[in-house]
Amino acid sequence: MRAVAGKGVPVDRKFGQWRAILSPWRGLIVLLLLCQIGQSVASLLLPSLSADVIDRGILPGDRGVIWSHAVMMLGAALVQIALAIAVTWLGARISLGIGAELRSAIFARVQTFALTELRNLGVPSLITRTTNDVQQVQSTLLMALTMVLTAPVMGIGAVIMAIRQDAQLSLLLAVAVPLLGLLVGLILSRSLPLFGRMQAQVDRVNGILREQIGGVRTIRAFVRDRHEQERFAVANDSLSATALQIGRLMALMMPAAGMVMQFTAIALVWFAAHRIGAGEMQVGSLVAFIAYIFQVLVSVMIASMLFAVAPRALVSARRIDEVLTTVPSVAPPAAPQPGKGTGGVEFRDVSFTYPGAEAAVLSHVTFRVAPGETVGIIGATGSGKSTVIDLIPRLFDVTGGAVLVDGTDVRDLAPDELWSNIGLVPQETFLFSGTIADNLRYGAPDASDDDLWRALTVAQARDFVAALPLGLEAPVVQGGTNFSGGQRQRLTIARALARRPPVCLFDDSFSALDYVTDARLRAALAADLGGAAVLIVGQRVSSLRHADRIIVLDHGRIVGQGSHDELMAASPAYREIAESQAVGEAA
Amino acid sequence: MTSRPARDLAATERPVGPAVGGPRGGPMGMAVGAGARARDLRGTLWRMSGLLSEARGRIAVMVLATLVSVLMGVLMPWLLGRGTDMVVDAVSADRAIDFAGLAQLLVLCAALQTLASLANWLQAWITADVVQDLGRRLRRLAEEKLARVPLSWFDRQPPGEVLSRVTNDVDNVGQSLAQLLSQLLMSLFQVIGVVAMMLFLSPLMTLIALVSLALSLWLSRLIAGYARPRFRAQWALTGTLNSEIEEGFTGHTLVKVFGHQTRAAEEFERANRALHDNTLAAQFLSGVIQPVIMFVGNLSFIAVVIFGAFRVLAGGLTIGTLQSFIQYVRQLNMPVSQVSSMAAVLQSAAASAERVFDLLDAPEMAADPVDAPDLPATRGRVVFSHVRFRYDPDVPLFEDVSLVAEPGLTVAIVGPTGAGKTTLVNLLMRFYEVDAGTITLDGIDIASIPREALRRRFGMVLQNAWLYSGTIRDNIAYGRDGATDAEVVEAARAAHVDEFVRTLPAGYDTQIDENGSGLSVGQRQLLTIARAFLARPEVLILDEATSSVDTRTEVLVQRAMAGLRQGRTSFVIAHRLSTIRDADLIVYMEHGNVLEQGDHATLMAARGAYWRLQMAQTPLDD
Repeated sequence: MRAVAGKGVPVDRKFGQWRAILSPWRGLIVLLLLCQIGQSVASLLLPSLSADVIDRGILPGDRGVIWSHAVMMLGAALVQIALAIAVTWLGARISLGIGAELRSAIFARVQTFALTELRNLGVPSLITRTTNDVQQVQSTLLMALTMVLTAPVMGIGAVIMAIRQDAQLSLLLAVAVPLLGLLVGLILSRSLPLFGRMQAQVDRVNGILREQIGGVRTIRAFVRDRHEQERFAVANDSLSATALQIGRLMALMMPAAGMVMQFTAIALVWFAAHRIGAGEMQVGSLVAFIAYIFQVLVSVMIASMLFAVAPRALVSARRIDEVLTTVPSVAPPAAPQPGKGTGGVEFRDVSFTYPGAEAAVLSHVTFRVAPGETVGIIGATGSGKSTVIDLIPRLFDVTGGAVLVDGTDVRDLAPDELWSNIGLVPQETFLFSGTIADNLRYGAPDASDDDLWRALTVAQARDFVAALPLGLEAPVVQGGTNFSGGQRQRLTIARALARRPPVCLFDDSFSALDYVTDARLRAALAADLGGAAVLIVGQRVSSLRHADRIIVLDHGRIVGQGSHDELMAASPAYREIAESQAVGEAA
Repeated sequence: MTSRPARDLAATERPVGPAVGGPRGGPMGMAVGAGARARDLRGTLWRMSGLLSEARGRIAVMVLATLVSVLMGVLMPWLLGRGTDMVVDAVSADRAIDFAGLAQLLVLCAALQTLASLANWLQAWITADVVQDLGRRLRRLAEEKLARVPLSWFDRQPPGEVLSRVTNDVDNVGQSLAQLLSQLLMSLFQVIGVVAMMLFLSPLMTLIALVSLALSLWLSRLIAGYARPRFRAQWALTGTLNSEIEEGFTGHTLVKVFGHQTRAAEEFERANRALHDNTLAAQFLSGVIQPVIMFVGNLSFIAVVIFGAFRVLAGGLTIGTLQSFIQYVRQLNMPVSQVSSMAAVLQSAAASAERVFDLLDAPEMAADPVDAPDLPATRGRVVFSHVRFRYDPDVPLFEDVSLVAEPGLTVAIVGPTGAGKTTLVNLLMRFYEVDAGTITLDGIDIASIPREALRRRFGMVLQNAWLYSGTIRDNIAYGRDGATDAEVVEAARAAHVDEFVRTLPAGYDTQIDENGSGLSVGQRQLLTIARAFLARPEVLILDEATSSVDTRTEVLVQRAMAGLRQGRTSFVIAHRLSTIRDADLIVYMEHGNVLEQGDHATLMAARGAYWRLQMAQTPLDD
């Protein structure tokens, strides 16, 4: 399996990604096609050989011909199975290879996404696209390659063989096969839009159920069971109605195909009788013809199976395509520039507006955090605090102004260099499955155990980790849910500290801590971080009051800047916040 | 008749996700159920057929239609063979072909075929009908059931598991049933019909066909046996890969900022490759079954042609009969392998059905009393007296909890995690029922009040802001049936939702999706507060409701809340000391016990646990 992994693959062109993924397989696909043709020819030889048995063996009474044909038929059967097995192998290899590469390509592409794209597409949906949707495409491809491809090859092959047997009679097949194709195409074209609609309805039913399961307490508290049941019933009924429509349409397929082919066989006997009576055709050919018709029928029916899965696979392919063609809003610089060695973080007249939003989240924000300095940001919900943090590691790009890290615009820094500067403690306390040590080494693969204990000590997590039977090697389940919120938060802090970053970002990272732990942590941080530039976004005045400077944000604008005491004197917005927390403050 | 290969894949492989045409489960809904075996196959099948009893009449018509269509289909090759014989006889006897007779025969054929196709169509139509009907009914039953199971049931189930039962499993039951109904019957009839015709035409050649049939069944079983452990490994590897993907995407920001991208990609690639290699082996092995069956079928075809040829030469067979026989041989292999693969479909359907039945059979909450007393307008006096409650019978929680909340007063519940603060709410709302003791509302035992009537008196704001997909307006209006737009806006103003909603391009018509996109945690929280405002409850429950709203917003909310609390009994669970300080009654809990009660001044003066908490700043929570 070649790892395409989206490297240097053009994205702007429609289906460019697909072509890039498919093209390495071109050779194998051609080989498969050849095997498929050979296989079909071998199976088509059987009826024609059996026709010879009748015409040249039975009718003249020549036993030698019968035996020699038996050997030839056996040979054809052996060739057929050998090629069929080759087709199976090639089909599996191609479809699974493409599936694996699609997964790689999606995974690689999602890694390049900024938060905008991630939120637009949604993490659960991205997971489904990488797993279920790829699976759907892969198994449909497998079916198409190994079974469905047989249909046109068999159809064409049967017509050719029929012409060889009797050119005039084969006109019948030349009418019947396209007629069959038309019929199937008609049913398909009618059901295709229905499949699209059904997919949306399936999503709707699942969505409502997910909401009902997640919100069961709220639903019961507000006594909205009946409302929910109605909501579900509407979605359920419309889904069933569409599924029924599709089912009824599909119900037409087999009877119609059977009818066309059997009528062809009947007509065949009639016309053949005339030609045989006139001595223009042999009896064996009639038998062979009927066998061909049967083979065409079987292949059409197999092909029609694709129609049951193709629409879903198409929807899946489209969902995959959506990921692969999404151009990340944050692109690495073409010509990266190095940091200037000045350290720190600087916002220069930064504005940020979410795509499509009317109001700016941040407007004309300017400040600087020098190495060794600690700056706090406080403000109401929606004031843009977290966005300030997000702009520094380029989870978003500014829409105006510039963010500088180490003296260079973050958009000009090589991403790896930018990120190696940053220790981030995000709002969500997410841990990876593995051990505590794995998590702490997440951004610092070379950290020693001593380094880890140091980080844990500063993060006030040493005691509870040391108390675990396995210590650093204690397991962490996915999401870290085997630890309490406060413990997780301290581990995420330790994880950032283990990197010893020159820039440290705390996004509301003390919310699950009690005041005492919070205070101890802050004291330890101040001692440990030394020359780092520290930016803390918080809600508690107590977490920020010892910062060198505090920035008060309101509706994306800086409305106050200074030390705690200065702000208490000069900023009404800050005073209001501080006074609301007086009790916590006094203690 | 020929969807066998597809089903083989579906039955033996069934990798991630539902079968064709089925609802797509969430990430957690994957890889559940399929491949499992039913515990009680017979019982489950019996119950499944019970579900279909409503469609008894339609199914009878369907069976009849199947019978007709198969019978006609089986007769066709024989009739066409007769046609061939008429031609051959005439040619070899050197006389003119009886075209009138032939025409008669062929018209009969055409009539039979038309009948067969119509019957076939009818059968497929009814099957679609019955199956969709059943699917819709099962989904509805399951969804309605969710409203009747106690919350303790939800707490025991991973959410993805519940979802998967209602969607994937119901779908699998439907799909499998469609196959069983249409193909099992048809294949069975066909096998019987074809074998009967073959025996009628030539018992000796039938023997050849049957021997080859047995051979292909044995071979396919043999190969499937080799493939099985590979499929099992494929399942495990799929799980590994899926968790790599989930972690990689959920921790996207961390992966990036911590410079973990290369390593994440490597880990992913390793899991991806392992899955690929294993699946290749599994898929190839199971894929080979088809060519092998075809090969055995061809061998049988050759044997029949050669043996038949000598029989014709010996005068024991006509050419037309040979032609019919050849067609029958071709028609035999397909349905037999179909029937043999039905066992797997049946097992998978039964396993899914069992999981759906498990859901439908889950014990329900005790029914509300029918002749409940009319609930008088409440003042909101809530009394816990000697309440005993445990989630797990072996883990003590509430052993003897008593407290009185006087009408209109605010009760703050304080204590470390695990103290039972949320349990108090669960019992008040009757999400759980007390084991002993009583909770009364204005002197009436809440156990005797219908749950709905009880809950209408309570307004609740939970820790996790739950919003559903709809507009902001819909979400606020959720608080009360039939709320007017003016009332919605009024509630929004009170909860300070109005301010930020007006800055949104679509205002109150802003769509909220599953992830609550565009809204901050605090804004989502405010929305649920607005919802509680609208509900105008008599008793208010705030479960750490303000913890993710920043303090400045909280000040505003608290002001509004104070207004809302006027005349209403309120239970507040909060960590913020400022909230607690202003409460009329502070209840300090630890390990399910109420240690102290009183107002801030009293408790501080008492110098007990609450005082120690304040003084020593012991963690309020962890």
